[in-house]
Amino acid sequence: MKNETLTKTDNVNMARRSFLRYAGVGVAGMGLLATAASCHKDHDVNPNSGFTDVGTGDIGILNYAYALEQLEAAFYIQVVATPYSGITSTELNYLTEIRDHEVAHREFFKAALGTKAIKALTPDFGAINFNSRASVLGAAKAFEDLGVTAYDGVGYLIQTPAYLSIAGAIVSVEARHASLIANLLGVSFVDSTQVDANGLNISNKPSVVLKTANTYLKTKVSAVNFS
Amino acid sequence: MNLLDIVEQIEKVDPEFQDRVSPRRAAIKNITSFGSKIAVAALPFALGTLLKKAYADTAPTAVTDVLNFALTLEYLESQFYDTGIKTSGLVPAADTAYIQSIRNDEDLHVTFLQGAITSLGGTPVPITNFTFDFTAGGTAAGPTNNGPFKTVFSDYQTFLAVAETFEDTGVRAYKGQAPNLLGNAVLTYALDIHAVEARHASAVRYLRTTKYGASVMPWINSTSANSNDTGISLVDGNYAGATPENTTMQGGVDITKLPSATGSSTSFTTAAAAFDEPLTKDEILALLIPAFIQSA
Repeated sequence: MKNETLTKTDNVNMARRSFLRYAGVGVAGMGLLATAASCHKDHDVNPNSGFTDVGTGDIGILNYAYALEQLEAAFYIQVVATPYSGITSTELNYLTEIRDHEVAHREFFKAALGTKAIKALTPDFGAINFNSRASVLGAAKAFEDLGVTAYDGVGYLIQTPAYLSIAGAIVSVEARHASLIANLLGVSFVDSTQVDANGLNISNKPSVVLKTANTYLKTKVSAVNFS
Repeated sequence: MNLLDIVEQIEKVDPEFQDRVSPRRAAIKNITSFGSKIAVAALPFALGTLLKKAYADTAPTAVTDVLNFALTLEYLESQFYDTGIKTSGLVPAADTAYIQSIRNDEDLHVTFLQGAITSLGGTPVPITNFTFDFTAGGTAAGPTNNGPFKTVFSDYQTFLAVAETFEDTGVRAYKGQAPNLLGNAVLTYALDIHAVEARHASAVRYLRTTKYGASVMPWINSTSANSNDTGISLVDGNYAGATPENTTMQGGVDITKLPSATGSSTSFTTAAAAFDEPLTKDEILALLIPAFIQSA
């Protein structure tokens, strides 16, 4: 029999006391509360269901970043190995340097995490046509944009200043990548799906990011201890 | 931004937070008023109003200091791009929308930061506290508009070069402040602005290279000899600092010793470019004051 364990999260659980606990933020928070509640329905993931969980605390965050960098590195390694039809030497150069950055990020996290690192993940790029510029750059944009929202979404959870510095060092490079890919596609480098009405880049919680990332991973990743 | 996490954060320092914002009895009444849809753009201010009511003038000054520092830099950028866009004949028609999209973000950042500081019970530093000299010719006595970038608004290439440096430097400034906001909900806003400045930096570099013969990449390709990859030695200082852009050690790990896609080590430039480096507030102020910014 499948054992459904309720994992410890920061869900709004509907017990009266907990509801009152958050009711005070009422009107101002309603939009976000609704979003938070709806996001949480995917949340009671059984950690033994074949997902690789990133863990808890700062190590969990580093593993989360490591997972995303693994995905990006694998993608660009493939892109450079089998360049799309009609690629220019300039484009290949850009994509090769991005590849090298992502590999450096991946290897950094692997080295920094040591025995606490999650395993090597197997990607699933079946949905990407590596012979098509539109498909490759479309995927690249999605990965870079997602990476920016991922780092921005967990920054405030980091407890160790040195780890925050590292996340900060990386996220702006991902944003540079994202902007370049948008330019290669001839679309806005600050389009409204990524930059909000206050001129701020959007950020996403791990559950949202991983939902997308997992569509490109055979080995799925979870972050049950984060929102 | 996760409201529940923010509430949790505040509760850690103030267990009475819930009661400050809504006594339990009133909270039960409030249940029936749930459902008003708040535009995303309004959310930070709605939250801010909530915080202001809860704390009225007792928000941590360190946070508002960080935001006022950011606001000062955004005034600089906003005024710079506003002036450039308004200068007849400077920005070619084909580039106007591109440059305007950057300008629009900087203006939005000004407004956002002013609102955030006010919401937290602080006072936004007024723009009238400053005069700006975009030629980098300012002195303690004031602007001269005759500095090394004297053609900043008459020569488009100078304008773009200064834009590139402002953006790269702005990224480093926000990055340097992040540790001051460790664990604070405001950090998310700072990181979100920081990411947009990096998008801008990449975009200006791309424009300069693809259209105007520069040879900069969208990222900072330092070498061991030269942190500054722009080819404009005047701005060497903007790529230097205690943690210069040609840093290849990260968290005690030597990036050059890590395997790359093609071998068992990583090139210096890749190792340096893959990570952008902070500048401290003092380093930023030394670069910008009094050359670009004179305080009243």
